[in-house]
Amino acid sequence: MTNEQARTNQVRAALDRVTDPELDESVLELGFITGIDIADDEVAVTFRLPTYWCAANFSYLMASDMRDAVAGLPWVRSVSVVLDEHMFVDAINDGVAKSQDFTEAFPTEANADLAGIRLNFGLKSFERRQEVLLRHLLALGHEPTAILALDIASLERLSLNAEGDSLRTRYLERRPLANGPALAFVTRDGEKIMDETLNIYLRNIRRVGLNAEFNGALCRGLLAARYGDTPSVLPAEPELIDFMRLGAR
Amino acid sequence: MYKAKNGEEIFIVDGHVHNWDASPENIRNIHGKQFIDCFYGYHSALSPPEQVWSPEKFAKYGPDQMVKDLFEDGPDDIAIFQPTYLKDFYKTGFNTLEQNNVLKQKYPDRFILNGAFDPRDGEGGLEALEAQAETYKLKGVKLYTAEWKGDSRGYKLSDPAAYKYLEKAEKLGIKNIHVHKGPTIIPLDRDAFDVADIDHCATDFPNLNFIVEHCGLPRLDDFCWIAVQEANVYGGLAVVLPFIHSRPGYFAKVISELLFWLGEDRILFGSDYGIWTPQWLVDRFMNFELPEEVMKETGKELTLDIKKKILGGNAARLYGVDIEAHKKKHWHAAEHREPAMAK
Repeated sequence: MTNEQARTNQVRAALDRVTDPELDESVLELGFITGIDIADDEVAVTFRLPTYWCAANFSYLMASDMRDAVAGLPWVRSVSVVLDEHMFVDAINDGVAKSQDFTEAFPTEANADLAGIRLNFGLKSFERRQEVLLRHLLALGHEPTAILALDIASLERLSLNAEGDSLRTRYLERRPLANGPALAFVTRDGEKIMDETLNIYLRNIRRVGLNAEFNGALCRGLLAARYGDTPSVLPAEPELIDFMRLGAR
Repeated sequence: MYKAKNGEEIFIVDGHVHNWDASPENIRNIHGKQFIDCFYGYHSALSPPEQVWSPEKFAKYGPDQMVKDLFEDGPDDIAIFQPTYLKDFYKTGFNTLEQNNVLKQKYPDRFILNGAFDPRDGEGGLEALEAQAETYKLKGVKLYTAEWKGDSRGYKLSDPAAYKYLEKAEKLGIKNIHVHKGPTIIPLDRDAFDVADIDHCATDFPNLNFIVEHCGLPRLDDFCWIAVQEANVYGGLAVVLPFIHSRPGYFAKVISELLFWLGEDRILFGSDYGIWTPQWLVDRFMNFELPEEVMKETGKELTLDIKKKILGGNAARLYGVDIEAHKKKHWHAAEHREPAMAK
């Protein structure tokens, strides 16, 4: 592999870890990234969104996450991230280029930064990933009482196959957002989940994953309609859990 | 009217229709062009291929095409006009109450006219609402909480200014508040999709009905959560229902969740015409059955009686439509299927 190929792969891997906060899916898999250009230690990333109207705050979050992810590679000296065809294309591109925060980029419009939105959607992602992992463990025959009594360290030690392991990794990435005791599984407010009410709890958080799935399908359809390509590769009718597994590969 | 496979005739109220003008002559700026392009994206992404129109037809289809698609080729008995002004983007507006009234005058029994207000219009807006209600005998309004206005990038229906308008609406007999929680105009710092404000006003205005269009998408999860607690919150199926063609598996899960959280009495059909046409939507919905495993998950069924409520019964209740009287007057009469009957 040439040096350039290796570097392209590293940039792709870095971008693959950036998610659309609303869909909790990789921006690379969603088909948002349209170009990666590398000249020595300078990287230029271009991306697009499903509509001209995609919320500026979410767009800004993704653009700055892309910039930070690529800038984190040891050999990268400068990064540009450029969004194409959007209502706020100039403000977003300029703000991200100057490493401004959202309020600096939108001085007259915005009066709060994006931390609140990031946390709220981080917690939704936490619930979605937790539901899938809990259902996976229950399907393996683990007793609810035993699962809910696990602390984080014991969950990490639990013997799982590759699929279960990747679901666990994805869940634990979000686990710190919920705070609470050292238990592996808590509610988004950091409270203990009772085994008597586990089914009701799962029923309740199920709607979070379904909403993200539905929006993901909609965004893929709109992106394809806007740019005329076929949607990024998906099975015709993914089940929720299958879909998470695909994303986890 | 839709004739079911068992021969039963179903009364259809289409809770969400438009007659817009996004022709090049009416477009004011790039935003107007991008707005209709985005609508066209929804249309082409979710319609069956044989139902996809050309962008030119989609931009301006006109009243005759609309009447044909809704009442002649389509099964609608009554359609509810939801206005969308967008005068910053379109010279004469996108689809306004005044324009909608032209069709209403021609087909008085077939259309219901909804109005609009914006709490940021202050006292003058309250007076205008009163005049509007009187002229058009309004029973409902359509609101866009994410719409820009001057320096404002949207509002919440729980704002004190909004409460003044809701009080006024209640006094004027406007009982049905349709709320669009979507990306008409871009939210910046605040999350304009957030449905939490509906929770507050639904509690404080128990005599009003709050119909959240598109079931709160892209916040269906939050919407279900507030709707379960508020008996006067409803979900409009526009945008959700077309998934029945492209992603029937998702549609099954979503409608099942809605039946679980809202129940069969609080879901309303709406085609969002001209984004989609009611004929194929109603046909697919009537022939749709929930898969066994989805029913097991929520314990909810989608029976013929429930479909009848969603397709017409629920909206008829909210708008005080006398279904039997309408049937008597319009069904099986010589002029049925010929909306030209109207003078």
